[in-house]
Amino acid sequence: MSKGKLGYYDPKKPQAGRITDIGPSHYGQMLPPVIRRNYGKWASHRILEPGLLVHVSETGEKAFTVRAAAPRLISVEHIREICDIADKHCNGYVRFTTRNNIEFILDDEAKAKALKKELDGKKHIGGSFKFPTGGTGMGMSNIVHTQGWVHCHTPATDASGPVKATADVLFDEFKNMRLPAKLRIALACCLNMCGAVHCSDIALLGYHRKPPAIDHEVLGKVCEIPLVVAACPLYAIKPITTEEGKKSVSVNNEKCMYCGNCYTMCLGLPLADREGDGIAILVGGKISNRISMPKFSKVIIPWLPNNMPRWPEVTNVVKHIVEVWAKDANKYERIGDWAGRIGWERFFEKTGIPFTEKSLDDYRLAVDTYRTSTQFKYTDHAWAVSKAVGGI
Amino acid sequence: MGAPGQEKLWDKEEKEHKKYDDIRIFTDEQLKNYTDDELKNFKVKHDISMIEQLESGPWPSFVSDIKREALHRHKLGQDNLMIPADICDDLLGIVELSYKEGETHWKHGGIVGVLGYGGGIVGRYNDQQAQFPNIAHFHTIRVNQPSAKFYTTDWLRGFCDIAEYRGSGLTNLHGSTGDLVILGSFSDQLEPIFFDLTHDLGVDIGGSGGNLRTPSDCIGKARCEFACYDTMDLCYEMTMEFQDELHRPAFPYKFKFKFDGCPNGCTASIARSDMAYIGTWKDDIRINQDAVQEYVAGKIPVDGGAFAGRDWGKFDIQSEIIDLCPTKCMKWDGKKLSINNAECNRCMHCIDAMPEALRVGKDQGLSILFGAKAPILEGAQMGCLTIPFMYVNKPYDSQKNLVRKVFDWWIEEGKNRERIGETIQRVSLKTFCEVLGIPPMPQMVKEPRSNPYVFFKESEVPGGWDRDINAYRTRHPR
Repeated sequence: MSKGKLGYYDPKKPQAGRITDIGPSHYGQMLPPVIRRNYGKWASHRILEPGLLVHVSETGEKAFTVRAAAPRLISVEHIREICDIADKHCNGYVRFTTRNNIEFILDDEAKAKALKKELDGKKHIGGSFKFPTGGTGMGMSNIVHTQGWVHCHTPATDASGPVKATADVLFDEFKNMRLPAKLRIALACCLNMCGAVHCSDIALLGYHRKPPAIDHEVLGKVCEIPLVVAACPLYAIKPITTEEGKKSVSVNNEKCMYCGNCYTMCLGLPLADREGDGIAILVGGKISNRISMPKFSKVIIPWLPNNMPRWPEVTNVVKHIVEVWAKDANKYERIGDWAGRIGWERFFEKTGIPFTEKSLDDYRLAVDTYRTSTQFKYTDHAWAVSKAVGGI
Repeated sequence: MGAPGQEKLWDKEEKEHKKYDDIRIFTDEQLKNYTDDELKNFKVKHDISMIEQLESGPWPSFVSDIKREALHRHKLGQDNLMIPADICDDLLGIVELSYKEGETHWKHGGIVGVLGYGGGIVGRYNDQQAQFPNIAHFHTIRVNQPSAKFYTTDWLRGFCDIAEYRGSGLTNLHGSTGDLVILGSFSDQLEPIFFDLTHDLGVDIGGSGGNLRTPSDCIGKARCEFACYDTMDLCYEMTMEFQDELHRPAFPYKFKFKFDGCPNGCTASIARSDMAYIGTWKDDIRINQDAVQEYVAGKIPVDGGAFAGRDWGKFDIQSEIIDLCPTKCMKWDGKKLSINNAECNRCMHCIDAMPEALRVGKDQGLSILFGAKAPILEGAQMGCLTIPFMYVNKPYDSQKNLVRKVFDWWIEEGKNRERIGETIQRVSLKTFCEVLGIPPMPQMVKEPRSNPYVFFKESEVPGGWDRDINAYRTRHPR
């Protein structure tokens, strides 16, 4: 690799030696030999124990995979340690999963078990595991997440912190396979959802609660006002000229649902606010087509505070939901399938999570979520309505 | 390198392959330059007592990890690094500040990039430059990951050296879309990083902004018996075919391809990609009746052993498979499992549960679903089943031609910051079908429309829409 401030780059001849449009490195050169020999020939698989899979080929060969967690935000020191392990055990091959797990692939069961033991023995000086194995079968896989306060300009919460706190309280579910179905948790630190959490069993979603503050000083100078106006999905933004004669915008606070799309278009409309920001919790989504069709996650708690550094209000609720589901659901039922079977009124009853006026959809197509049937179950929520109208 | 002729640059199984030693920046001594004791006693420049509380607990701590990178950089010294040696200290410091204040300190945007490209790098600056000058810039470089995120350690170590020498030493493995992410570089290092990546590592940067985002895929046929097409190769070939669209933003907004090998959807294409390619088959599920018997007898663990952590009782094929089948197309007579394949909707449940007895069909291809996206702005959408089945044959001309049709139309029709799912919603699925030149099919909808507000074309109604009111009045006086 090049050294020095400019490396191979010559600013006087910026095109000299420039290579473009070469795309990713070809995957073929990255595959462990056991994978090359059996590419497209796999016949079946088993999970031998949490964090250890075996895939069996039509050729009779077996590939053993040890899966370990990684926090996604990792240093090159951490990656080099992963490489050291891969060099020692896997002839220099390693891969990562969509959910940020590390996978070491071997062709020998005893060696795979030895590697697993080694991984589980490695700890950071601060006390946490470096490479805890697990994340297989009917347990919790890694929690996928976004950047938060480490790198992002629009977050309503941090990402790495609440994920670490949540994974700590659910650690046993990563290490075990004792849940009724898979548990997939995801965090996105704002509505932009670069983490696309909207189809997760449990989604933690950063949410602002205050309309943007308006920086009249700069807005007209640095932002395209028509684009800012058009950015608002609720038509709450209008162009104005301030009393000082500056071109700017006004925001109808009553209409705003704090999505932050205006801030994405214009730096003059920040939303971040200590008191306003927090985390919404959604449950019951899934991606897989298994048994039932894929589902969106549903809002069950509109907002919980950012209580740093460990977000106890959030982690307590998440742990509680998982416990209630694990106890009550049938085998194969994801959280959304379970809630669908017992009825969402029963979900709120069993979890004790309050159903408030904010749980009633009032955005577009809200009517699609209204129940248009006499099929319901009696819970205290129902009795309260009956009492309120003098019906009982 | 991905470029033609360079596919085996890093191949360890080839005699003449590139090695880490050929391109390394740091010596072994530089890489192992601190002791456990030094790390134990190490204090970063700022008070970070609040986020240090995230070092305890079992889950891998990002704080502990960033601290060791901070120490490693201190010991490397500024002479061996092209951006501040204290960059991790300042990063932890600003995160601590956000933990105290509950608000981010990263500024809005900042357009940076490399010559000739419009995407792949995201500019980032903090708003506390006096207190944290070492993270005055903290740009992100998205690097296009290889299919299914397989690596050789030689390649990864090379990546690490670039990310440390010209970046903060912090990364995302991987970003949400799938890229390898180099976090925390300065503007003057972007071209040198790009040159190192392309010249020495043989890899390009990924997408950002209104362009094709870096495609990603599941592990596919590399290690999964469910994969119905070669996800890794299709992902690679489509990425190569649409390099221009990936690097030079010409779209109304982002556009994502994701490749899932089967309806289990491990890459979440159905929720997260504008164009989701999901493997499927059109013949019969392959049944090994002997193995079915073994499942029934409890000799093979259900779901490959995925339920092993709890005693769920004896496996009952009737209640667990036959009754849970969404189309009720299966029968078990105590000896033989039969499937009415014509009625199967390929949900994968029986195959997931009994992978040693049931296999996906042999006549394989893929379905394509359009328009998935997160809620901003019009609400979340999942992909709409639009193409039921396509064979997947190299060089994938039918897949590529379909994409060209979609891009040509959407570049013209899409509004600023409108994902294709929203464009389709705005102009109607009917219009989109016309664009693709496909007939409508009932599989595109959950149920037929319940409102009767049907638009007709003038040509469809005899006599057209120009009517003579006088003639009407001769029949119907006022």
